[in-house]
Amino acid sequence: MSNYRIQGATGEWEVVIGLEVHAQITSNAKLFSGASTAFGSEPNTNVSLVDAAMPGMLPVPNAECVKQAVRTGLAIDAQIHRWSRFDRKNYFYADLPQGYQISQLYHPIVGEGSLTVETDEGEKVIGVERIHIEQDAGKLMHDQHPTMSYVDLNRCGVALMEIVSKPDMRSPAEAGAYMKKLRAILRYVGSCDGNMEQGSMRADVNVSVRKPGAEFGTRTETKNVNSVRFIQQVVEYEARRQVDVIEEGGTIVQETRLFDPDKGVTRSMRSKEDAHDYRYFPDPDLLPLVLTEDFVEECKASLPELPDAKRQRYVDALGITPYNADVITSDVETARWFEALLAAGAEAKAGANWLTSELFGALNRLGKDIGQSPVSPEQAAQLLGLVADGTLSGSLAKQVFEIMLETGDDPARIVEEKGLKQTSDTGAIEAAIAEILSANADKVDQYKDGKEALFGFFVGQTMKAMAGKANPKVVNELLKKALS
Amino acid sequence: MAGITDLGIASIRDGFRAGDFSAREVADAFNTAVAGAKALNAFIVETPDHAIAAAEQADRDRSEGTLKPLSGVPIGMKDLFATRGVQTTAASHILEGFKPEYESTVSARLWAAGAGMLGKLNMDQFAMGSSNETSAFGNVISPWRRNDGGNAPLAPGGSSGGSSSAIAARIVPGATGTDTGGSIRQPAAFTGISGIKPTYGRCSRWGIVAFASSLDQAGPMARDVKDCAILLEAMSGFDPKDSTSLDLPVPNWETGLSGDLRGKRIGIPKEYRVDGMPGEIDALWEKGIAWVKDAGAEVVEVSLPHTKYALPAYYIIAPAEASSNLARYDGVRYGLRELPEGAGLQDMYAATRAAGFGAEVKRRILIGTYVLSAGFYDAYYTQAQKVRTLIARDFDAAWELCDLLLTPTAPSAAFALGEKSADPLAMYLNDVFTVPSSLAGLPAMSVPAGLDGQGLPLGLQVIGKALDEQGVLNAGLAIEERAGFTARPEAWW
Amino acid sequence: MIAARAMSVDSATVRRIASLARIATSDAEVEAMVPELNNILGWIEQLGEVDTSAVQPMTAVIANTLRLRDDVVTDGDIRDRVLANAPAAEHGFFGVPKVIE
Ligand SMILES: [Mg+2]
Ligand SMILES: [Zn+2]
Repeated sequence: MSNYRIQGATGEWEVVIGLEVHAQITSNAKLFSGASTAFGSEPNTNVSLVDAAMPGMLPVPNAECVKQAVRTGLAIDAQIHRWSRFDRKNYFYADLPQGYQISQLYHPIVGEGSLTVETDEGEKVIGVERIHIEQDAGKLMHDQHPTMSYVDLNRCGVALMEIVSKPDMRSPAEAGAYMKKLRAILRYVGSCDGNMEQGSMRADVNVSVRKPGAEFGTRTETKNVNSVRFIQQVVEYEARRQVDVIEEGGTIVQETRLFDPDKGVTRSMRSKEDAHDYRYFPDPDLLPLVLTEDFVEECKASLPELPDAKRQRYVDALGITPYNADVITSDVETARWFEALLAAGAEAKAGANWLTSELFGALNRLGKDIGQSPVSPEQAAQLLGLVADGTLSGSLAKQVFEIMLETGDDPARIVEEKGLKQTSDTGAIEAAIAEILSANADKVDQYKDGKEALFGFFVGQTMKAMAGKANPKVVNELLKKALS
Repeated sequence: MAGITDLGIASIRDGFRAGDFSAREVADAFNTAVAGAKALNAFIVETPDHAIAAAEQADRDRSEGTLKPLSGVPIGMKDLFATRGVQTTAASHILEGFKPEYESTVSARLWAAGAGMLGKLNMDQFAMGSSNETSAFGNVISPWRRNDGGNAPLAPGGSSGGSSSAIAARIVPGATGTDTGGSIRQPAAFTGISGIKPTYGRCSRWGIVAFASSLDQAGPMARDVKDCAILLEAMSGFDPKDSTSLDLPVPNWETGLSGDLRGKRIGIPKEYRVDGMPGEIDALWEKGIAWVKDAGAEVVEVSLPHTKYALPAYYIIAPAEASSNLARYDGVRYGLRELPEGAGLQDMYAATRAAGFGAEVKRRILIGTYVLSAGFYDAYYTQAQKVRTLIARDFDAAWELCDLLLTPTAPSAAFALGEKSADPLAMYLNDVFTVPSSLAGLPAMSVPAGLDGQGLPLGLQVIGKALDEQGVLNAGLAIEERAGFTARPEAWW
Repeated sequence: MIAARAMSVDSATVRRIASLARIATSDAEVEAMVPELNNILGWIEQLGEVDTSAVQPMTAVIANTLRLRDDVVTDGDIRDRVLANAPAAEHGFFGVPKVIE
């Protein structure tokens, strides 16, 4: 249970959060038309006559969108409704050519499920109320013309999943963790690319406050919040605002609000008195959606290993530390990269350590994500192999890795060309040691008198003389012998 | 070429094939007839060039031996069907000037079958009406007149009133219609022609301006049953662009035509004997019963206990769907835009829709909006859809006892224009016999069966089981063969 | 049993639904519509007599299931056709009176 509390004049308050996440379903074509879903096209080019709601146009649903919603539901252990239906949500707006959004109010395709989030206060299960399929709206642009807004219908009709959580979250951290976990699952499943900047995922944040344990308070809904950080800011701001309103004797109005990311505040949207009478009814152009057992089984069979299961397996079967397992499994691309690394022959624990420290450090520095890594998993596996077989020392490996990052070359070739191979040639090392000991006879005496810290000095000198390529283990052994 | 316009679809097709005349001669004859019948106001747009182009193609096809099923046949197209490059308005001011960049599936099928288009036929606005008095392009006048010498202009029925008027006046040999609650059958009955509404899903709705999606069905209107069968074959068929389209082969209805009803049981629903129905209609119904018996059918009385509730259920479901289907007429992407000085987006919507929609359309949008609005949805809409289930069950129960149903098509003969337009409810009652089968999605047709005392046509309706268009057409044919309906209006236009 | 039974619409209700339906109405039109709509609504309310407690609302007129299509781009790239009938189209967009969000 969360300990997050808002301190008010009348005591402590608890915040109650529910998220309605709109996630764009990954598909080539739109939910009810054959127009493309490509991002960033010229205005109104990804628009069919159906999307423009020409008279007499009819919707035909895209099987892939249905499948992806079902797979998503299965991934959160939700009920899959074998019988669902599309309803019309009626309202007038310029981004909605039909005058209604085709959505699922009464009979959604996916029912109750849940997902588990990690917070500083431990694991918590957050309930999901439902997932339904619906159409996205078009886009209005207000800045191009002094007296007109421009309408672009490219997004209009793109398939969305609306994933509605239960009001189970009690802190900004939980809301953030839920959003991250949901995003991770969607990306694993492949039902949404999770790209929040492009609007592929955005949340309506429902917030209310109450005295701990009391009845739910009246909630506000802040629309279309498109980053985890903003979601947390909305929760913080709204919770504080609502406590202040209530404590000053006011009441919370159930309303929709907008988040201003520049100011970090929410504000009420101009509310129309009839804004909430959507006159939902079953879309008479579409028959009920009936899923066969085979269809659901196929969806089930097509699911990949999901993050929780994968993390557990990494810890139990591969012996990876829970921390590393968590980091690697938290995003599907990292997990995929890591598994490619293992497939290329890297040892699991060393690979996990290297990935979470060396590779992540480098990518951070370069401002790249793992998909843009200049080093491939195969090259990384080679590099780790060269360390494992003693060809490279840890520090040589770091040097080679830097060169790999810059040139994209294979590690073996770099080692070869730059002569970075470490040596275990005892003759050469013994010669170097002999020279160093004779040149530093005074230190040898001090060492023998008990100043053992000087051993490091001799190692350093030897490595320097060997231009860093001596096998440190061999150097250690030979030095100990020479000094004994 | 006097004479050609007296021919129906089959005769034109066959005469053209036999070389009796060229397709061009047919097109010219009908184009001339259309141009000479402005007084009927049956057309919103005339398209003589379309008819001529199709005819010239047909003539080439004939010489090359590549005839199509409707080669040489020109028809009228109800203005509810989107026709590429040709104004399509649904008889509403809100779509005035709209030239679709697409062709409806049904019209495309007809053109692909070789037919040509004489023009876009007038109709009740958005197919809402039973008298063709709601068109923004003026009333259609029936070619029929009462025999009282009063020359009162009569309603051709609605909503496919342009189609019925034009066919009855012999200015087109056949036409498309659409039927939501009776809009093919009632105008057919009013004008002494035939028309069939097939099973819901037989004809694609793609490209037909939607009125009430769960009810709308296209169908043919023509002079006789055989012509209807021929046109219906060309119009029907699976369309992947319509989710409610039936993925079934189209039977060869023309070949299957037979007026022999031996082995068929025909049900007479007792609830269709409504109060206040003219005795002449009752008498005609009795004649119909005798005719089908004569054709070999066994006649049984059946009960459709929820008949009385069909009309009120329809007047919830159809306006509800319409209120949503017509939301797209908002002045943004096509059609009329009314932009009062200083108006914002929502004001523009309200002004555009106020100026663009006619009174009946507004009335139905408001009813539909009301019955779907918060707090009323279950009491009205859900209840209506439940009653609809009961109405469909009534038919299912009747099919245990019979194969087809025989009823009058409408409770009266054609009325004079203006006679009922002041009372929407009285107008709605016109559809009392046609609406139940629409709610159940069943095939049904009207065939002319006789004249009333005023010399006006009356129709009988045959209703069949889902997908049994053949049974419906055959019973229609049996009646047609025995009714000997040859009356036609005298040309006054 | 019908909750709406015996309810009748007044001019405020007519105004509200006209506004929901985005149809501008004059006072005179509203006043004319009140009895008209009440007449029709009063008539359709006879449906309340029917006992439907054990009945499911109709979902498909003719037994048929929803067909799904393949996820293939088959449409779009027809901007000229999409905009061809627009009362105001500029730079590839539909134009509407400026909206303040
Ligand atoms: Mg929401
Ligand atoms: Zn939504």
